[in-house]
Amino acid sequence: LGQAGHGSAAMSSSGTLSILRSDSYAELSQYRDQHFRGTRYDQERLLRKSCTLYVGNLSFYTTEEQIHELFGKSGDIKKVIMGLDKVKKTACGFCFVEYYARGDAENAMRYINGTRLDDRIIRTDWDAGFKEGRQYGRGRSGGQVRDEYRQDYDAGRGGYGKTVQCQ
Amino acid sequence: SNSSLESNLEGLAGVLEADLPNYKSKILRILCTVYVLRKSRNMGCAFLVRFLSDLVNCHVIAAPSMVAMFENFVSVTQEEDVPQVRCDWYMFAFLSSLPWVGKELYEKKDAEMDRLLSQTESYLKRRQKIHVPMLQVWTADKPHPQEEYLDCLWSQIQKLKKDRWQERHILRPYLAFDSVLCEALQHNLPPFTPPPHTEDSVYPMPRVIFRMFDYTDDPEGPVMPGSHSVERFVIEENLHCIIKSHWKERKTCAAQLLSYPGNNKIPLNYHIVEVIFAELFQLPSPPHIEVMYTTLLIELCKLQPGSLPQVLAQATEMLYMRLDTMNTTCVDRFINWFSHHLSNFQFRWSWEDWSDCLTQDLEKPKPKFVREVLEKCMRLSYHQRIIDIVPASFSVLSPANPVCIYKYGDESNRSLPGYTVALCLTIAIKNKASNDEIFSILKDVPNPNQDDDDGEGFTFNPLKIEVFVQTLLHLAAKSFSHSFSALAKFHEVFKTLAESDEGKLHVLRVVYEVWKNHPQMIAVLVDKMIRTQIVDCAAVANWIFSSELAHDFTRFYIWEILHSTIRKMNKHVLKIHKELEETKARLARQHKRVSNLFVIFKPNGPLEEQIERLQEKVESAQSEQKNLFLVIFQRFIMLLTEHLVRCETGGIDVFTPWYKSCIERLQQIFLQHHQIIQQYMVTLENLLFTAELDHHILAVFQQFCALQA
Repeated sequence: LGQAGHGSAAMSSSGTLSILRSDSYAELSQYRDQHFRGTRYDQERLLRKSCTLYVGNLSFYTTEEQIHELFGKSGDIKKVIMGLDKVKKTACGFCFVEYYARGDAENAMRYINGTRLDDRIIRTDWDAGFKEGRQYGRGRSGGQVRDEYRQDYDAGRGGYGKTVQCQ
Repeated sequence: SNSSLESNLEGLAGVLEADLPNYKSKILRILCTVYVLRKSRNMGCAFLVRFLSDLVNCHVIAAPSMVAMFENFVSVTQEEDVPQVRCDWYMFAFLSSLPWVGKELYEKKDAEMDRLLSQTESYLKRRQKIHVPMLQVWTADKPHPQEEYLDCLWSQIQKLKKDRWQERHILRPYLAFDSVLCEALQHNLPPFTPPPHTEDSVYPMPRVIFRMFDYTDDPEGPVMPGSHSVERFVIEENLHCIIKSHWKERKTCAAQLLSYPGNNKIPLNYHIVEVIFAELFQLPSPPHIEVMYTTLLIELCKLQPGSLPQVLAQATEMLYMRLDTMNTTCVDRFINWFSHHLSNFQFRWSWEDWSDCLTQDLEKPKPKFVREVLEKCMRLSYHQRIIDIVPASFSVLSPANPVCIYKYGDESNRSLPGYTVALCLTIAIKNKASNDEIFSILKDVPNPNQDDDDGEGFTFNPLKIEVFVQTLLHLAAKSFSHSFSALAKFHEVFKTLAESDEGKLHVLRVVYEVWKNHPQMIAVLVDKMIRTQIVDCAAVANWIFSSELAHDFTRFYIWEILHSTIRKMNKHVLKIHKELEETKARLARQHKRVSNLFVIFKPNGPLEEQIERLQEKVESAQSEQKNLFLVIFQRFIMLLTEHLVRCETGGIDVFTPWYKSCIERLQQIFLQHHQIIQQYMVTLENLLFTAELDHHILAVFQQFCALQA
């Protein structure tokens, strides 16, 4: 009945079909929060099981309600925490979205990340989990760091960057 | 599972490219995965059978052995007392391979094939199709009939046979190597006996083929293969397969779809759009999460900005034109897709083209659709934006400004009972009063249901509820977070006021009165109140069917709330069940460890007690779940019967827009939660869906039963 074949595991180059398993949108990015208290290992462990997403590039005028509506499309939302200017305590263009189930957060990474909210392409990334204090911008003026130094004019994010404004 | 299938295919791919004489064991290993078919829940394993068929074309597998396997498949239709869906699966596996291998098999074994096809024909003639209306996207047969999937496939195979199995679309690279391959040693498939049907066997749901385009829709481009051509089947199968392979990676998925071979011979963009909408509108549910399709279409528009957006606009227009006969569940998905899509393109749309809907009754499908779309668009932006993007004539369809309505707000309302208490409460809450202080303020509110007062202070006092809930929600109106904080801070007051069933119902009523302009707020508040156990799921169901909500009964947000409520109930049952199983497993491990040490263990240790408590919790949760469905079905039956009787006695046509909406909402309950409802079929049949029921309503139940029969 013919030779007993090689019998061992797949002879072809492993991962020919790994493209079918690819899930790059849901993977961790290169970014690591420098203010995280704990080891790199702890941080990555938390990121890999997190149900919380950081959402960036929001307009200052985007409301919690809009965020809830959009991110609700990938699953039930547990909590939305708006990012605030540390001084003014007004929205400064980012937020956290926490889901009840990680699978729902993954779907947000796959299908909401990189699409538009308030006509702006928003960006989502895994977050290790909200802690009190993390809702504030870390820029010197109170907003986000990226709004301190940028040179362009962005009507949805207070106009010019802070350094430019001070000139 | 997918990964074992892949690694087996990987093995085969390697074999085919490297080492032909050794493939026999590989094939046998793959056949082991075919035995996994009995656990398969999707049509994906038909793909495996097709792959084996292509191996016949490569002269790897001997044609007669493939025919023998198909004979075994078709013989399943002779089995007695098995669900139709079982026979359907095997029939599909056989028929769907024929575009690939029909020619070869017919050349080698025409008599056997003829016999198989005639057995197929007689099976298809005698199988029942009660389930079909429940799965059709449109109730009308024009312009394209919505065919049951096996019927459509059979027509396609019959046409293929008439064309002497000439099929020009499938890529057949082996033809170029025929002179080499035909000398190869062929192997026989070992005999395959279909695994017997068991109680636990699950088979794929039947489908209806979605068609929205034909060759007339793209007069300039290549001709679209007809609905009964086998090319149409092959193209659609391949495109569905691409989505199935790459659904997690939208850019890759879009690129793969657009680079489908033969795209100059077929109107590929039309096929892609049709296949995507076929999945989005599939009943009972789309194969993947809805938002994936929105994002996929956006990626496709990015890759083909000069052509795809136009096809999509044409499709949208066609879907709009046919709203009158579209299934309500599919209209929901259309609304969600279209509004989300527009929000990515600055809400640009030629609304004037749809001015015809302005002259219709607002409850008719077209104006209703536009209203719901505009409401969803507003949720993704803000009220003024929506006013700005539509022509002035559309203001009648524009959503209300989502502001809170506080009945004690104006001085002119000071004659309302409870007005002074409301003022008092407002001041107290602003001064960070505690729950106890709130209770003492509310103590002075008279009870309009004076006679029911049993003196214990915990009776249902609608005025207390009204004053408290109105005031609190008004103070917390600024954002969702403010409202959630308010619910959390005064949780104790809520629990006490809403202790009785009437209390729960009244809380919901007041929430509605305050926030009826802001359906999104109502939805998130109801969600929070269920999760914090201020109200329960049955209260929400009763509230939705109450007369106070009759005016909003056909609005989309109401059904979003009901389905979300059912899902929470289902998830709760699963969660407790899981906890119980995990605790049982822990106990089993503990017993194992202990028995290994020959130590006598206590019969009622903490784990045993925990298990007993969890058993009770599971039973209680399942009972609550069953009750929820009973309440919902009962209320539907009451509402629909009332309408049917009224129409009969009045001599008017039953089929009003309201009726169509209501009966399809009933269908939607069955379809969206079919797995859970299957558990309660006997109760439903004996208690609610009895023979005395009006046949219009009973038909829905019978169609549902037919889905897995």
